[in-house]
Amino acid sequence: MLSFVLSRLLRAFITVLLVMTFAFCVLRLSGDPAQILLGPDAPQEAIDAFRERWGLNDPILVQYWAYLRSLLSLDFGMSMRDKSPALQLVLERIPTTLQLTVPALILKIGIGIPAGVYAALHRESVADRGVIMLAVLGFTMPSFVIGLLLVLIFSVTLGWLPSGGQDGWIHGILPTLTMSIGGVGILARFSRSAMIEVLGQPYIRAASAKGVSWRDVVWKHALPNASVPIVTIVGFMIGSLIAGAVVVETIFAWPGIGRLLVVSVANRDLAVVQCLLLVIAGTMVLANLAVDILYGWLDPRLSRKSGVH
Amino acid sequence: MTDFIATAPMNTARPGLLKRIRTKVPFLVILSLLWLSLMILVALLTDWVRPYPVTKMDLSARLAVPGTPGHWLGTDELGRDVLSRLMQSIRVSLVIAFGATALSAVFGTTLGFLAARFRGIVEHLVLTLADFQAALPFMILALSVLAFFGSSLTLLVFLMGFYGWERYARIARGLAISAGAQGYAAAVVQLGATPARIYLKHILPNVASTLIVSMTLTFPEIILMESGLSFLGLGVQPPETSLGNMVGFGREYLTRAPWIMLAPALVVMLTTLSISLAGDWLRDRLDPTVR
Repeated sequence: MLSFVLSRLLRAFITVLLVMTFAFCVLRLSGDPAQILLGPDAPQEAIDAFRERWGLNDPILVQYWAYLRSLLSLDFGMSMRDKSPALQLVLERIPTTLQLTVPALILKIGIGIPAGVYAALHRESVADRGVIMLAVLGFTMPSFVIGLLLVLIFSVTLGWLPSGGQDGWIHGILPTLTMSIGGVGILARFSRSAMIEVLGQPYIRAASAKGVSWRDVVWKHALPNASVPIVTIVGFMIGSLIAGAVVVETIFAWPGIGRLLVVSVANRDLAVVQCLLLVIAGTMVLANLAVDILYGWLDPRLSRKSGVH
Repeated sequence: MTDFIATAPMNTARPGLLKRIRTKVPFLVILSLLWLSLMILVALLTDWVRPYPVTKMDLSARLAVPGTPGHWLGTDELGRDVLSRLMQSIRVSLVIAFGATALSAVFGTTLGFLAARFRGIVEHLVLTLADFQAALPFMILALSVLAFFGSSLTLLVFLMGFYGWERYARIARGLAISAGAQGYAAAVVQLGATPARIYLKHILPNVASTLIVSMTLTFPEIILMESGLSFLGLGVQPPETSLGNMVGFGREYLTRAPWIMLAPALVVMLTTLSISLAGDWLRDRLDPTVR
């Protein structure tokens, strides 16, 4: 088990390092931030001073090394735009994004999994067919279409809910709904297929045959075994809690991580974009790591097998 | 971020789920295939069939409602014909999606085969890269690349060509390793075939069906991703138009002229839905590994 955890940790570390390198390469090699930030008619002295100040004149490897070293001391650089630490800007936005993503995750889990399990238990019924159709529809609709349709219905036509901004929980309803619809579809479909597969296993038949009540068969035998694949998806969803939803936050003018990313990218605010990439990738990697370890616990066969290589 | 959360799980979520609908209502698949053929026809023939040039403005007929004679689907804020723009958008979005799907399949499969051929350090490298790709939401990655390099159609196709490569790589590696252990591969090795010949002429045809199925999964996701990026204003740039880009600009006229946005939105929805339905059906026919 220990070597299993260690090998996963090493992999996670390498992944984060790769993300850092990627961020650095793309953002530094793509253009001159001084020119972009100061505008095309900035005087040469101002550009030179700017480049000097942010270390943009050094060779790229020197910049890279300085970057890695500063990351170790949790220094993610300063936002070139409003001169405050990038990390602080990013951390400030996280709660705002979580206000949307956490309720959305609860909705996804609370509706998706029960709907999928119910459909699996009532296979071939009208409810089953309905769940499948809605699920497919849910995840083939782009989030911007869902969002705009909800705005069209609930804000423009009915006038019940605000179409954007962030003052109070009522503004969060539409974005949360938009965000959760696709996930509900995915989880419903996934838990349905996981459940159906488990229900077809011999041990379920054996449990029924020896007289275990159907209720206990479902709760004690089927669900725990179906949970392994479902945990993967939920883990992935937890990993992207911080990443928020770039598109949804843009539609509803929600000042979270996604908005910050779009704005920083548009302004070429290198430090903030790098910090965002790292924070987002970091949470994804951590969530994947947690899922891997949880796997080992849910299904001991997996950790034994993976521990070998 | 429902659209990219959607990406990873679908791979495994699909098998057999739509079986019931299919057996009972096979016409859904037929409808999907019809819709897709229509889309491809429109994309191919748009230069000949669209009523107006994409950028032709008719300022006297701005924001005309759908059904107006001469403008079946209405016009936008500059009096440009929505139907004509829609046809061109379908072409652009499909070209990007086809190009990107092909690129990512070739790139991913090549890396997967290389990993299977050389094992050892090459394999570790490929798997680490795949991990990296899986760790970063593609939207975030694409956003940073596009905004920093500026958006052009070529860059967009290449960028989208990285979408989902890691899935092909993993599948191709797994399949090639197990194919390599089979008699036919050993036989051609004994006959003195070069590795390139073994992989391209013998192993590839044997694993192609699974790869084709993955392509039907990646294709709609690429359409969704491209339209999402274009919606944010970071994908296809005006005066060129794509489905997402039309929705993005139509959004400003949501209250006054919802048809500008609804027409392309409906096309995106129907197209991705059709590919999903048709892809599920294709999977059952082609993929022997799926239940």
